[in-house]
Amino acid sequence: MNKISSILSRSQDKQKRGRVLSFAIVIIAYIIIEIMLKTGSLSSLFSSLLVPVTCYVVAAIGLNLNVGISGELNLGQAGFMSVGAFCAVCVSGILAGTVTAGIPRLIISMICGAALAAFFGFLIGIPVLKLQGDYLAIVTLAFGQIIKSVFMNAYIGIDSEGLHYSFVDSSFKLQPGGKMLLNGPMGATGTAKIANFTVGIVLIIIALLIVYNLMFSRSGRAIMAARDNRIAAESVGIPISRTKMLAFVVSAALAGAAGALYGLNYSTLVPNKFDFNTSILILVYVVLGGLGNMTGTIISTVILILLPELLRSLQDYRMLIYAVVLILIMLVTNNEQLKSKWKSLTGRKAKGGASNG
Amino acid sequence: MAEFHTDSGKTPVLDVQELGIDFGGLTAVNDLNLQVYEGEIAGLIGPNGAGKTTVFNLLTKVYKPTRGKIYFDGKDTAGKNVVSINKAGIARTFQNIRLFGALTVLDNVKTGFHNVIPYSPITAMLRLPKYYAAEREIDEKARDLLKILELDRFADVTASNLPYGAQRRLEIARALATNPKLLLLDEPAAGMNPQETAELMDMIRFVRDHFGIAILLIEHDMKLVMGICERITVLNYGMMLAQGTPEEIQSNPEVIKAYLGD
Amino acid sequence: MQFLSYLINGLGLGSVYAIIALGYTMVYGIAKMLNFAHGDIIMVGAYIAFFAITKFSLPFPAALMAAILVCTVLGVVIERLAYKPLRQATSLAVLITAIGVSYFLQNGAQILWSSSSKVFPSVISSGEIRLGSASVSYLTLITIATCIVVMICLTLFINKTKTGSAMRACSEDKGASMLMGINVNRIISITFAIGSGLAAIASVLLASTYPSVYPTMGSMPGIKAFTAAVFGGIGSIPGAFVGGLILGIIEIFAKAYISTQLSDAIVFAVLIVILLIKPTGLLGKKINVKV
Repeated sequence: MNKISSILSRSQDKQKRGRVLSFAIVIIAYIIIEIMLKTGSLSSLFSSLLVPVTCYVVAAIGLNLNVGISGELNLGQAGFMSVGAFCAVCVSGILAGTVTAGIPRLIISMICGAALAAFFGFLIGIPVLKLQGDYLAIVTLAFGQIIKSVFMNAYIGIDSEGLHYSFVDSSFKLQPGGKMLLNGPMGATGTAKIANFTVGIVLIIIALLIVYNLMFSRSGRAIMAARDNRIAAESVGIPISRTKMLAFVVSAALAGAAGALYGLNYSTLVPNKFDFNTSILILVYVVLGGLGNMTGTIISTVILILLPELLRSLQDYRMLIYAVVLILIMLVTNNEQLKSKWKSLTGRKAKGGASNG
Repeated sequence: MAEFHTDSGKTPVLDVQELGIDFGGLTAVNDLNLQVYEGEIAGLIGPNGAGKTTVFNLLTKVYKPTRGKIYFDGKDTAGKNVVSINKAGIARTFQNIRLFGALTVLDNVKTGFHNVIPYSPITAMLRLPKYYAAEREIDEKARDLLKILELDRFADVTASNLPYGAQRRLEIARALATNPKLLLLDEPAAGMNPQETAELMDMIRFVRDHFGIAILLIEHDMKLVMGICERITVLNYGMMLAQGTPEEIQSNPEVIKAYLGD
Repeated sequence: MQFLSYLINGLGLGSVYAIIALGYTMVYGIAKMLNFAHGDIIMVGAYIAFFAITKFSLPFPAALMAAILVCTVLGVVIERLAYKPLRQATSLAVLITAIGVSYFLQNGAQILWSSSSKVFPSVISSGEIRLGSASVSYLTLITIATCIVVMICLTLFINKTKTGSAMRACSEDKGASMLMGINVNRIISITFAIGSGLAAIASVLLASTYPSVYPTMGSMPGIKAFTAAVFGGIGSIPGAFVGGLILGIIEIFAKAYISTQLSDAIVFAVLIVILLIKPTGLLGKKINVKV
């Protein structure tokens, strides 16, 4: 017995090390990339991927809070990114005249995007009070679809008379000097590109701080307790719905902030960018990175975004290879026989803990 | 039955009156009267399927009663749910152990302090000074409970890796963390060997004395029931068969018949 | 009588959703997994039928049989290779694997048959009949009839055959079924075979209605059919049927009376509302947790 406890008693230190490791990875990666940018040794393709990668990392960290820590399948994370992105684009467009400096405008837009996404998270979270398991998953899927269709039909313009909007067509006439912020299926066009990599890195660090601080607190324990055993959690006085709602809203807010940064990184952004496939991609980052494992999420997101780019020389075959790699990873990590074979091959004891930072 | 009211100097923490529940026309519990007094260890026994766990589920609001009243601490509990009944002061353990498997033993106990030492998620996310103060207090109290239930050496073990007997004790520690006035134990000695059971009896007594709480327990191990319960209620087919001191119950012909069959 | 023709067209679309949803719901009921690759089986079926008709100039029934055969085999092979090793794994792991299979099928199709869409030949008579002032195409009526026939056959199969009752047993309790001597792996294979065969039938109907075939054509009908299955109560066969029909009707009515572009939003919003009122779908079983 003492042997067991001595092996496992280091779990708290391990958690702490996991946390430190994730911050270290982010900061070291940032320093290396900044040096490469300064020396010009980064290809234009990779430098164009820097901001999107940070956005997806943040959205995936948020989703891991929801799926890994809270244990609820969410198939609509891209919907929250969409809300954040288009909200931020509009806010940035509205503020273009008053707040001319890029960074403050970016930050204000991101806060608005996060707040609106959190609000939608709250609305969609209400069914969380009633539904469980796969039924909850379908509601998030439905939400993603609804958001996509709504933005496909949203026309918002601004001119000297203020805001104009329509959900039918761009029939409203803008005064001279006015500007369309959202243009239905064409999405946002002519957005000022004010996002940058450093803000993305800061956002990742903030996301990690929020999620870790939450995980290792009263609320985090309640979220994990509700995941592990709903009935027992209630029996010690933990209100399940409010607890799950917290995870859901924080996750949505992070996705919203990520989407905001993403939206302000491109001059044009179509609503189709954030469809069901994008939600699924983010879910894949989370599952391959390890449920509840934020360091893993960061690494898997970066690798899985870069992988298709690295396979570019294989042209059409790259997504096929991606699919095969995905299936094989799932088989190797989840089939007991294959797992033990894999372990004996690599000679390491990988323990996929659910709560190791 | 009247003689229980000899200790009517004490007030009942729990007062159940004519409690009953039907499941789709099937009566699971009927016409149950049960009192648990302050600082008392009471037992609820009966053959398999007698409705003992159902009574616990009624007391903790997992089920809504079809008939009857449950007064806790002098107040009707009719409007309460599983969460608010715990806040009011009833904590329980489960017959089929329900731990938070992926959490450590220490964290399992810490979840019990959810409403006892509360602070907001914002406090947690921003790591405000209150977070540190509250967490320090939670940590201290949780470790104290682990010591009482002799779980301290397992503090950092993942709960699902605990040996069986320790899992049952962890459920008790977690329930105690919620600062209850009444603790419901559902077969706390199930699966334990005689030595573990003997230790458990001492622990239950110590917990009662140390926290001054009332305990109602379901148990099949008659040595434990007769050894620590001051009063025992016997259920059969959802109905109360007998109530009394261990000696009275042991000599009650009805009870013997129910247990041994005709 | 615009209303009547909308209603019948809604039933037509709903019939396609229902046939796909039946496959979804059967697989969910027995294997307890969300098979997100189900929509892509439809795509494969459509391509097979397309090539059978255009390249090999097979008559329509033979093309349909070819599609059913290929899809059935494909479904069983996918289950064996990708899902069977994960019987003991978490549902999330299986879900991600299914997504991998979906990518594989879509990108495989793109490599084999290019991403440009192909026009599906109109093999089902393009005439229409008039019901009062409303007109309905033969294709729509054939679709509805097919769905009803499929539903009747499936119900008879599930309730009257030995394999059918073994399926019901497996969906109730896999462990107990195994102890009763039911070969659970075989039952799961059969379920995938039937589901994939149904997807092939749906593929031909779908490709005839919207006469184009392309690698991602299965995704949206797949998602809609999944929604229909949840709508009716996932795991329930009558639920999938009813859910599919209702979803089709809502979609057509939303397009006709509210907004074409917002019809998807309306369909999914109705789904959320239904789930709020009936958390396990229209005909879903209530889940009881034993404490």
